[in-house]
Amino acid sequence: MKGAATRARTAPPRTLVVGGGILLASVIVGLFPTLFAPYDPNVFDYTALLQAPSLAHPMGTDNFGRDVLSRVIHAYTVDMQIAIFATVVPFIAGTIIGALVGYAGGWAEALFGRVVDAVITFPFLVLVIAIVSVLGPGLVNMYIAVGIVGWVFYARIIATEIKVQKRLDYAAAGRAMGYTHLRIIFRHLLPNAITPAIVYWMTDMALAILLGSSLGYLGLGAQPPTAEWGVQIADGKNFMATAWWISVFPGLAIVLTGLGFSLTGDGLAEVLRTKR
Amino acid sequence: MHLASFIARRLLQLIPTLVFILIMVFALVRLLPGDPASAMLGDRALDADVVRINKVLGLDQPIVVQFVVFAKSVATGALGNSITLKVPVAELIATRLPITIVLTLMAAMIAVLLAVPLAFVAATRRGRMADSAVRGAFQVGLSMPVFYLGLILLTVFGAQLRWFPVGGYGDGFLDHLHHLFLPALTLALSLSAVLMRNLRAAIIEVIDAEYVQFARAKGLRPAIILLRHVLRNALISTVALFGLSIGTLLSGAVITETVFAIPGAGRLMIDSIYARDYPVVQGLTIALAVLVSLTFLLTDLVQAWLDPRVAR
Amino acid sequence: MTAPSPSDTLLEVRHLTASFGRARLTAVNDVSFSVQSGEVLGLVGESGSGKSVTLRSVMGLVAASGAVTGQVIWQGRDLLQMPEPELRKVRGGQISMIFQEPMTALNPVLPVHVQIEENLRAHTDLDRRGRATRARELMDMVGIADAARRLRDYPHQFSGGMRQRVMIAIALASNPRLLLADEPTTALDVTIQDQILKLILDLRDQLAMSVVLVTHDLGVVAATCDRMAVMYAGRIVETGTVAQVFEAPAHAYTRGLLGSVPHAGTERSMLLSIDGTPPPLGALPDGCAFHPRCEFATPPCQLQRPDLAALSPGRSSACLNRDAVIAAGSPI
Repeated sequence: MKGAATRARTAPPRTLVVGGGILLASVIVGLFPTLFAPYDPNVFDYTALLQAPSLAHPMGTDNFGRDVLSRVIHAYTVDMQIAIFATVVPFIAGTIIGALVGYAGGWAEALFGRVVDAVITFPFLVLVIAIVSVLGPGLVNMYIAVGIVGWVFYARIIATEIKVQKRLDYAAAGRAMGYTHLRIIFRHLLPNAITPAIVYWMTDMALAILLGSSLGYLGLGAQPPTAEWGVQIADGKNFMATAWWISVFPGLAIVLTGLGFSLTGDGLAEVLRTKR
Repeated sequence: MHLASFIARRLLQLIPTLVFILIMVFALVRLLPGDPASAMLGDRALDADVVRINKVLGLDQPIVVQFVVFAKSVATGALGNSITLKVPVAELIATRLPITIVLTLMAAMIAVLLAVPLAFVAATRRGRMADSAVRGAFQVGLSMPVFYLGLILLTVFGAQLRWFPVGGYGDGFLDHLHHLFLPALTLALSLSAVLMRNLRAAIIEVIDAEYVQFARAKGLRPAIILLRHVLRNALISTVALFGLSIGTLLSGAVITETVFAIPGAGRLMIDSIYARDYPVVQGLTIALAVLVSLTFLLTDLVQAWLDPRVAR
Repeated sequence: MTAPSPSDTLLEVRHLTASFGRARLTAVNDVSFSVQSGEVLGLVGESGSGKSVTLRSVMGLVAASGAVTGQVIWQGRDLLQMPEPELRKVRGGQISMIFQEPMTALNPVLPVHVQIEENLRAHTDLDRRGRATRARELMDMVGIADAARRLRDYPHQFSGGMRQRVMIAIALASNPRLLLADEPTTALDVTIQDQILKLILDLRDQLAMSVVLVTHDLGVVAATCDRMAVMYAGRIVETGTVAQVFEAPAHAYTRGLLGSVPHAGTERSMLLSIDGTPPPLGALPDGCAFHPRCEFATPPCQLQRPDLAALSPGRSSACLNRDAVIAAGSPI
């Protein structure tokens, strides 16, 4: 994938730079929230209930006197975790299954196609909620639920790519040299097939945050008093008229982080497209 | 006739998918831990009572028999009674599902009305300010969670400005539409972002195509070139995308119905899952699956109408 | 419509220049030629010589980033100065254009009769039945069998040669006086090429039409054109009747082109080939653009760009050493 050294190096696309910058900042804040948060996110302060944004509390306080800014910052940890944990398992599982199915073809592929149809047909959120309601609310169960159904999207992408790669000459060369199928799939075909999955992963992480915060809002994801953006928005939903800041700021954080992921994904796609 | 055989073929393809869904629904619901009897009677149910309820619900029969009974009842439309609400499932679906359908249809219409002109603006002014502005706005739209947007719209346009009611469904057709407008708008915004991105790319591709040049060389008026040559070809891929987005639309409907307190099928689904109300979950899942499959069929038909190369 | 001028010149292009992009690359540089009524003018050159852009500039079909100057006189009016609504009437109605690749030039999702009839709708007053009849006539005229049924078909249901005929039918629907053909046979098999060229010539006779035929293939020029103009790096370097130019080329490039065409049925001689490739538009050499590849080049060729000078009426060359070239004779 390294570009030819003779080709003049052009600057990376703006989307990648901006998106990457946002992501980097988000990761740093998520890793070291205490460095950035002025207050403890869980401390109640009855003397400062429902305060509008001010110098002391730049994002105001909520109905328990907790500093909204600190909670938003600490929520970075939770939500960035969600982005990663809710996508990594589907990515890996989906890639493996998709590679095997795409290579095998035949009835495995036909059956796979049916499963994919059924899962995609159905609203994803409803499936996840169904599984979470069985397992019980909480982040870990949410990861499990997403893992159970989310791998399908990656598998579909990989299976298509593997099918294409399989027909190329180097795959035939591998077979002619007597390599085992598994070796061909994972050492030769997959590295070339994986780029669309990586691009999708970026989008998926943005979607994971949306899903995670939706479940947090519904009370099925992160549980209060954990600072998570969806939970925060739910906390503030009854105060929209009087203390809009409780819900509005966490929402902005979601939008910003989501933008970070999708811009990075777009930028990555552009870079990879020109290199192909 | 090409079209008739195409429709017939697609309808036949529907059947295995539906059967598969039936099996999946049946299996999944049976696999859920926590039986409905305990859910109904609570933790302190006596064993004898549980056995009795199971018998009433037919849950003590062997699994294959249960499936056959299940399949038969689905075919005849007798979907059983809701365990929690004590009314026939079919009736529940008949009252709640249309609301969700209206909501999603409204959302779809608004999304198209937003996406098409904006996609044109962005495509024809590619690289310039208008293009970046449109694309930027839609990036933000895509990153915004449905419940957040709904909450904000509800607060601003419902509670503060009082242009729209704050939730609920209302009475009478026009009132229904009035109530559903904000939720539909919420849903529409993220869908229109996805559609716009795809349509913009498609228009850009088409505008550079040789047949558009040839159309210009024929001296046709720009409006005709736009409608007959550019738009028709660009819509093809977007229609396919539209069909694929139905699942997302329905997921969004669930959340929107929660935020705006609308008595639709989405909320019913969530509540029933919580309450282990098997018959409702089953019936609703099948109804939704049929709905989605029909939507796919519809979008395929539209695609075939737009692009004769499809219906071979 | 005004009657053609006494000298029978249908189209006159004067000092046409077209440049593109931020770098202002000049694809067409000070090109002048004229088309007489009833004649087939060949515009010859390698790819990148600017011949396609010339055609498109005449019709005003250049991309938005292009800047076109000069004059294109058609029936006493300058097309480049014409407001767009009037230009649209000329396009397709009086001057028509056909493209190289019929598969991409025809809209794949519309049946053929729609694509023919929209031309008729834009340029004639025929009613629906009249248009349908005319569409059938056109399909017959271009030699498509079973015209009535084929009208309902889509482009992908025709073979390559048939599609080109359909494109011709569309272009000729409103009886234009001038047909601009951009490499109409390049994408076709050799046998089909002959058929299409013959069709174009027949139609030229039937409809009293003129044709500007852009091509890189001298065989096509020999078979169909009356006069020819050779282009190199955006400029015209030689003009004349086909007979004159083939017998005694007056520009080194033309001679090179003629020499590189294999001929069956004549005595065997060395195939000339022109070393090197045409220069990129952004890096044209000083003086004559062809001199780095020219075997007749002399020192003045590097210093001064030769003007297109007339040798005799209708015959010109932009070569400082034209006498040497003429003396060297024709390679065919």
